[in-house]
Amino acid sequence: MSILEVRDLAIHIREARPVDGISFDIAAGECFTLLGESGCGKSMTALGLMRLLPAAAQVVSGSVGFEGRDLLALPESGMREIRGGGIGMIFQEPATSLNPVLSVGRQIVEALELHAGLRGAAARTRAAELLDQVGIPDPRRRLDEFPFQLSGGLRQRVMIACALAGSPRLLIADEPTTALDVTIQAQVLDLLDDLRRKQDMALLLITHDLGVVARMADRIGVMYAGQLVEEAPRAAFFAQAAHPYSVRLFAALPDAERRGGRLATIPGSVPAAEVRHLGCRFADRCSEVMAECRSAPPPWREIVGGQRVRCFLPGAAPAVAAGVGAGDTAAHAETRPLLSVRDLQVHFPIRRGLLQRAVGAVRAVDGMSLQLMPGRTLALVGESGCGKTTAGKAMLQLIRPTAGSVQLDGVELTTRSTGELRPLRAKMQMVFQDPFASLNPRLRIGDIIAEGMQALGTGGKGDGGGSDREVATKVGPLLEQVGLRAEMVSRYPHEFSGGQRQRIAIARALAVNPQLLICDEPTSALDVSVQAQILNLLSDLQRDLKLAYLFITHNIAVVDYLAHDVAVMYLGRVVESGSADEVLRAPRHPYTKALLAAVPRVDGAKSEVPKLAGDMPSPANPPPGCHFHPRCPLADEACRQSYPGETRFAATQVVRCFKAL
Amino acid sequence: MIQPVVLWSDALLFVLIAAIVALTLWARRQDALRAAWGRVLKDGMAMAAATVLAVFVLIGLLDSLHYRARLPAQPGAEARYAVEVHSALDALLSDLRQRGEKTYSAPLATHLFAREALENSTQREFPRLQHGGAHLGADLSGHEFDIAVRVSRGCAGGLVIWLLLVSAWCRWRGVAVVEMLKVGAGGPAIRPVFLTLLPILLLFGIAIAVGGGYHVFGTDKVGQDVLYLSLKSIRTGLLIGTLTTLVMLPLAVLLGILAGYVGGWVDDLIQYLYTTLSSIPGVLLIAAAVLMMQVIIDTHPEWFATSAERADARLLALCLILGMTSWTGVARLLRGETLKLRELEFVQAAQAFGVGRFAIMRRHILPNLMHIVLIALVMDFSGLVLAEAVLSYVGVGVDPTTISFGTMINTARMELAREPMVWWSLAAAFSFMFALVLAANLFADAVRDAFDPRASA
Repeated sequence: MSILEVRDLAIHIREARPVDGISFDIAAGECFTLLGESGCGKSMTALGLMRLLPAAAQVVSGSVGFEGRDLLALPESGMREIRGGGIGMIFQEPATSLNPVLSVGRQIVEALELHAGLRGAAARTRAAELLDQVGIPDPRRRLDEFPFQLSGGLRQRVMIACALAGSPRLLIADEPTTALDVTIQAQVLDLLDDLRRKQDMALLLITHDLGVVARMADRIGVMYAGQLVEEAPRAAFFAQAAHPYSVRLFAALPDAERRGGRLATIPGSVPAAEVRHLGCRFADRCSEVMAECRSAPPPWREIVGGQRVRCFLPGAAPAVAAGVGAGDTAAHAETRPLLSVRDLQVHFPIRRGLLQRAVGAVRAVDGMSLQLMPGRTLALVGESGCGKTTAGKAMLQLIRPTAGSVQLDGVELTTRSTGELRPLRAKMQMVFQDPFASLNPRLRIGDIIAEGMQALGTGGKGDGGGSDREVATKVGPLLEQVGLRAEMVSRYPHEFSGGQRQRIAIARALAVNPQLLICDEPTSALDVSVQAQILNLLSDLQRDLKLAYLFITHNIAVVDYLAHDVAVMYLGRVVESGSADEVLRAPRHPYTKALLAAVPRVDGAKSEVPKLAGDMPSPANPPPGCHFHPRCPLADEACRQSYPGETRFAATQVVRCFKAL
Repeated sequence: MIQPVVLWSDALLFVLIAAIVALTLWARRQDALRAAWGRVLKDGMAMAAATVLAVFVLIGLLDSLHYRARLPAQPGAEARYAVEVHSALDALLSDLRQRGEKTYSAPLATHLFAREALENSTQREFPRLQHGGAHLGADLSGHEFDIAVRVSRGCAGGLVIWLLLVSAWCRWRGVAVVEMLKVGAGGPAIRPVFLTLLPILLLFGIAIAVGGGYHVFGTDKVGQDVLYLSLKSIRTGLLIGTLTTLVMLPLAVLLGILAGYVGGWVDDLIQYLYTTLSSIPGVLLIAAAVLMMQVIIDTHPEWFATSAERADARLLALCLILGMTSWTGVARLLRGETLKLRELEFVQAAQAFGVGRFAIMRRHILPNLMHIVLIALVMDFSGLVLAEAVLSYVGVGVDPTTISFGTMINTARMELAREPMVWWSLAAAFSFMFALVLAANLFADAVRDAFDPRASA
């Protein structure tokens, strides 16, 4: 019995058709997942179901049946009853989906007043129950707190509590964990799964993460360019995806087996929503494309066991040869580290009062040490707020460290003035996280790439000073080196897609011939298939130019694919470091174990390591003793007393834990 | 024949116009700017407002071409020039300027507004005007008919000129006239331009036809034509609006970006400065500064060759003072935006290259602030035109000999208290100022919409 029946839903925004005729059913208590890259129309579909579309967007055809009623035919007043009461919704960004000036209790009670008809003390009691239900400790006290007093994970739980207030039969979750860390993501996913089973609530989960899909879904709909291209039960989908697009999504995932090899990429990008399609929407990017693919839209074809696919190919799409890696490729011969960091500290003072006296400090980085050999990749792993980005910037001296030493190729950086640092800046460069914020929208691509050469005078060969003409002749080859075309120099950043922008950012860094590239989450804002392109590019560049990478990330799969060495950070300190195999295959610190266990796996396997409870403490007020002890299952009195020293296990693996074995 | 006089304000105004033309040429080559201005050009309301503004600017420019007329030459003597400085607009309107009456007269009247003792009579009567309706002679029965004839003649003239303009444009672009006037014709919104020009030309036609024989807006206390005063006021309003922004803008941009980007004690200092400045009542500060400036001007009569130059100096001083006191709002806005931009990754990428502070401010911060600067500029313009009126009303505005909306409103204060009331100078000043400020505001709104990244997304 379906609770939601969507038939041929089409949403147009003027000329664009972000949703172009999609149909699916969701049964009561079922978790249906919409999977697809950004720009496929997933969120637009969800908003269309709730009739919350932006003013410019219109539902032009189709029907949405919810418990037998056509939602598109309901008057707005009837729709208000459905929203919250029948269908609940939670959004991606917990920081902005709660009203910052109302207390948590007030916001939940508001939903209760509307949909449950509860008032006063009864509503308050029910709100506390709801908070308890979503796993928030001490719910009575939390009711009177404001969103800014809660962490991201707690806010998302409050958001879920709000959505549950109307006892909806269907919950729409639009990328509910994308903004959260893996350990918090695991908590929230567990909670959603638990609630769904207990309350027999259907769940429409929108995500781009195959790991989340494997963890949660009963059935999966793969969306591409406004249409569903494949629909399948979880087991069948993960055993053998049928559509060439789905197959490629799997092949683009980085993991350890592919290390040193190339990831399969999907050429090109998702077509813009304005494009009219005659044949199959995926034809231009498909390697199995046939003549008929371009002339007519492919019909739905049933494969066994409820798996359907929209493709002309008979049988399932062939697997993509995802190059099996050659393993570890980096040279070990070098002995002198390129980058050596010792006891690095970055403290931001907290100022209070009339005279702005420093009353304390946020210890963003609090004594971290690491070494990076030339030509190798060191991954700096940790949850958001652990200080990894600050550490990266402090190494480049973009933020001046409070204490400690940073040596690049034997030269101490921390004691040099801004002017003295300038000649060294050519040796170390940075690639930033957000390709949309890291390029000045008012400059042409050529000027962006030439900026470093002009500032550092490395345009000309040998003599140090680069004239404008010499610089200009170097920009074209750089663009080609990162896989763009040389004639793109005179374009502006807004004409490029996210992946292309990240290539430009890499070309800008390469322009000054650096030896060290600090990559701050360079792929976290990109789709899976584009991420694969960038990762391939980075490993090609390392092979050709012998670059060393300090790769700052929270994505363990990327680390597994790319890194030679791994350092795990927790609250400003490195808690475990070693080679990638040592740290990822045989983790010894309980935090590393929990972090690895929290990553949702594509094969759906569950780990026996207990999930982490709670959040990372504030770096302004770290717990005494081992920073991890409040969340650690093994903690005892010694852990609460003093910070553990380094324990060396193998030649390379170093752990800071009393309990490490 | 004549001796051109370039007042300081004229020079600045022409420099400003040249700068705007140069900026326009530059903006045509910038894709993002061209796209944004393209949206302004397609906006019917914006183009209508721009047309009205253009007419005002044209009048203001005509009024900025100053000269001294040559006096009738004494044989053998060196050529001598009149003391009065006139403008091209004065020359065009010499009829209006020279045909003064004795005192108040109502719009389109044939008699003075006040009774006077006639010669050779004990009775007090309304004397005939010297110029208004003088062509009617003694028989006043044709008064209304004469006005009606003149109005229709003016309308016909305006319509003819409008049709000529439309057909000339259509021939140039090779479009049929009917095609052009259709709603939603492609390209820049030329239709609203012509639809706005039509009433403007009709009004001009009527003003010329009727103004030939009557005082369209009546006369003021000393018998000057109010229409002439209103037209002369336009230049003052425009100057105050534009030159003040010219003073204010560099200060606001420089200090705003410095405070936001450099931070630390520089930020503290600049914040202290603008918080202090904006907490002193504006009118008080301006009044003090204007009075000081007036003393300086009065004690150095040798600096100024003519009274026009002295009035001009006071006008410039007023612009300077208004500019010095009104940069705080924009600076605060720019500081906030710079704080946001400073944290963006492209700025940090430039820092990682060792690019200098001022190069980052110039290359990375300033271009990303230009839309705010532009919006603030256009929005401030109308506010400043109104500020001049208020200041002149308080008595600390422009020189009393300078004709401005403010001085007109200031004199109207007494006229409104008269019985019977003299309403026309206030009405004329009000309607002209209203049209100017409304057009500027509508245009500013359209510019803001066009440059709003959220709206264009």
